[in-house]
Amino acid sequence: MGLRAAVDERPARAELRRQVGRLERELSGLLAEGFGRVTVDYRVAAVAAAPRVLDLGELERLRDELAERVADARVTLHEQGEVEAQNRELLRQMIAAPKDFKWAIVTRDDLGLPSCGAWHSRPRLGPIGMLMGWWRVKVSSGCPLSGRLAAVE
Amino acid sequence: MSPEASEPRLGWNPAPTQGWVAPHIAAEFPGLGISWVEVDGHPGRSPEGVRHHLRQLSDRFYGPQAIQMREQPIPWAYRVFYRQIGLDPDRTRTPVEQLAFDRIRDGAFKSEGMPADALTVAIAETGVALRAFDADRLRGSLCVRDSAPGESLPGQPGELSQGTLTIADEKCPVGLLFGETAAGYGVEPGSRRLAIVAVQVNGVPQIAVSEALWMAAATIEAAGP
Repeated sequence: MGLRAAVDERPARAELRRQVGRLERELSGLLAEGFGRVTVDYRVAAVAAAPRVLDLGELERLRDELAERVADARVTLHEQGEVEAQNRELLRQMIAAPKDFKWAIVTRDDLGLPSCGAWHSRPRLGPIGMLMGWWRVKVSSGCPLSGRLAAVE
Repeated sequence: MSPEASEPRLGWNPAPTQGWVAPHIAAEFPGLGISWVEVDGHPGRSPEGVRHHLRQLSDRFYGPQAIQMREQPIPWAYRVFYRQIGLDPDRTRTPVEQLAFDRIRDGAFKSEGMPADALTVAIAETGVALRAFDADRLRGSLCVRDSAPGESLPGQPGELSQGTLTIADEKCPVGLLFGETAAGYGVEPGSRRLAIVAVQVNGVPQIAVSEALWMAAATIEAAGP
């Protein structure tokens, strides 16, 4: 004897839509967190060519793809965070002992900071400082002024 | 002077007309709604006041805001709804994100005349999805419903695939929900009365919808008939 039961899928669809909303917010947050620091893959292709009510399978696929993007974005940001932490440690050591990091440059970009600028380990008084071992970390003066760029062009 | 004439005007009068959502669609998407106001107006160059407002809006809007915008409640609500109906909001952008994209690309909110500028001001200020139709072409109440078998969008070749979500009047679909407008129903040079339509989704407060409609209609009205 066959067993047939009508199943109302609406609550399941509603739950999947709720999850899609939560994942979308999380992905948006991760994208904003990585903006200017690292490229986060946030694209999830359209499920339909025109707007319509998605069925359970389509919502599940959409939820899974969003979850995958969120997981990838977290990994990307975590890896970037580790690189930036290493660079911060390098900068700390560089400032403490510039002579051990001759000519090394750490940019604000390397630390995940906005705008331009760099810390550069270089000798005082040029060749004399090199010969004498007088090294220091020099902080650049930031982004070039637009007027200066225009003058160069 | 009559008492009515001296009373300050609060909001838009008459209040926005509420359309309806097909019951099975409303059951799937609680919070989905459609409302509109009608206003006398016609396409044309925007007055200096409106262009000044656009310039001010441009000065208040920067690149990082475009990225952070998607985390704000109303733009986020539309993004989520786009996902839920199968669209990719990074390809088919929500109205407010499209404006943000255009602002970054063009360096400013460029004036495109009325009523486009009125919609730009209202969408950018509130985040609510608005669009304009030629009110004289619409028949009866507007609704959000799915397309019936064999139904098509006027002016578009082929039939709509069954279940496509549309904005429709009592006669036929007048546009895709967050998509193309049917031929002849959009605002054209001969239009004299405009319907400003807001689509509300779950998470967008009614007061934001009313404010958006009021702002767009008031801007069009101020520009003169």
